[in-house]
Amino acid sequence: MAKRVPDFLLHHDGDSVAVANDDLQPGELYGLSVKEQTEHKATLNHAIPLGHKFALKDHAEGEAIIKYGIQVGVASEPIKKGDYVHTHNMRSYRWQASRA
Amino acid sequence: MASKPRLTGYRRPDGSMGIRNHVIILPVDDLSNAAAEAVAKVVPGTLALPHAFGRLQFGEDLELTFRTLIGTGLNGNVAAVVVIGIEPKWTERVAAGIAKSGKPVASFSIEGKGDLQTIADAARVAQVFLQDASEVQREEAQIGDLIMSIKCGESDTTSGLGSCPTTSQAVDRWVAAGGTVFFGETSELTGGEHLIAERCIDDACRRAFQDTYDNYIKVIESTGANLLGSQPTQGNIAGGLTTIEEKALGNIAKTGSVPVIGVLKPAEAPDRKKQGLYFMDTSSAAAECVTLMAAAGAVVHLFPTGQGNVIGNPIVPVLKLTANKKTAATMKEHIDLDVAGLLRQEYDLTKAGDMMMEVIERTVNGRLCAAEALGHREYTFTKLYISA
Repeated sequence: MAKRVPDFLLHHDGDSVAVANDDLQPGELYGLSVKEQTEHKATLNHAIPLGHKFALKDHAEGEAIIKYGIQVGVASEPIKKGDYVHTHNMRSYRWQASRA
Repeated sequence: MASKPRLTGYRRPDGSMGIRNHVIILPVDDLSNAAAEAVAKVVPGTLALPHAFGRLQFGEDLELTFRTLIGTGLNGNVAAVVVIGIEPKWTERVAAGIAKSGKPVASFSIEGKGDLQTIADAARVAQVFLQDASEVQREEAQIGDLIMSIKCGESDTTSGLGSCPTTSQAVDRWVAAGGTVFFGETSELTGGEHLIAERCIDDACRRAFQDTYDNYIKVIESTGANLLGSQPTQGNIAGGLTTIEEKALGNIAKTGSVPVIGVLKPAEAPDRKKQGLYFMDTSSAAAECVTLMAAAGAVVHLFPTGQGNVIGNPIVPVLKLTANKKTAATMKEHIDLDVAGLLRQEYDLTKAGDMMMEVIERTVNGRLCAAEALGHREYTFTKLYISA
């Protein structure tokens, strides 16, 4: 089953962030959802390393960030579609004391 | 499963089985480490298990230390035990707890004799135990005879995408074949604890799980600390994990899809007649968690990693797998199974599961895992609170 190697992976269709499947440069990317095996396209705004995340949609400050089809945090500032997402703009919603 | 694994192990007098045949020199307390290590030098082939505690503990914290020491001796991977402690009472208590299994056990205390005489006396017995153990033969084993434990470490986003789902395959196959599996890491379920609660087999199990979880979180939150940097760890963050919830969902991705049939205290052995997936209340720190699970009877451990954890255990093979291609390349000597191909879509999860089962089969049958070959023998006790 030699398939095209995806630039990024998302766990479920509908997730609001995806994971870089390699060190990525800004630009047009090809992705795959692991659960549904559907193909996705995205435009990345920043260079990000393997395993790091970027947004698949715009997030307002305080909006839920979804991965695995489940909320895994909130946007701590507005995040644009294609932006790098990590501790600088995302925080836990469960451990409120834990802020970057 | 591609084919039924052909497994072998060592049968112990109490009916349990192990996949290694260690003669251990077990110190009851920190003060006895020197003597225990000296015995293992005089009788090469025996294994000393030095650790940092065992003095002035009290209450449940002391009970946990006894459970850990005795459970280590009872582990199926252990053929015989020489127990050494500073004074006779606790030393004999540990030895008696292990001796109930019918396994060869001898105990020595240092007070009134000194290290040198104790070492000489203990070494004579250790030699006999080692020679006797060398005659124990491997026999056919079933999956139901061998308890597996799972815990991940230095996780990153590739863990939730690759190495943890691969581990899940092994968990489901192990349990389907009549085996028992332990998972733990209480704090690291945060954000996905409802997924575990839903999988509890009945209300009693669910209540026990929820109580354990709530209690752990209460302890953590009562500190008022900023946990970012501890949970997720600096390594997790470097690997792209941002929050505890995100880390937890990756962690839970390794627990298979079978029901959770019971909740265990740290180092508590399950009822051997009730086989399936158990949750154990443990720290998420790798060496503590694996030590507790080994003390509850696990004889083989699966350890998915992202950024590259190097942990081992003195008596249990800790098998490492990663789906991070950088880690698989830069830390090759620590990795028993590279499943980065799963993320490159070179094969599917079922195939990754087949690869995992093959590595487990070979390890069970005697192949040394990377952590064993590199001498990783982390034996770390969990302390519940300060000593007296």
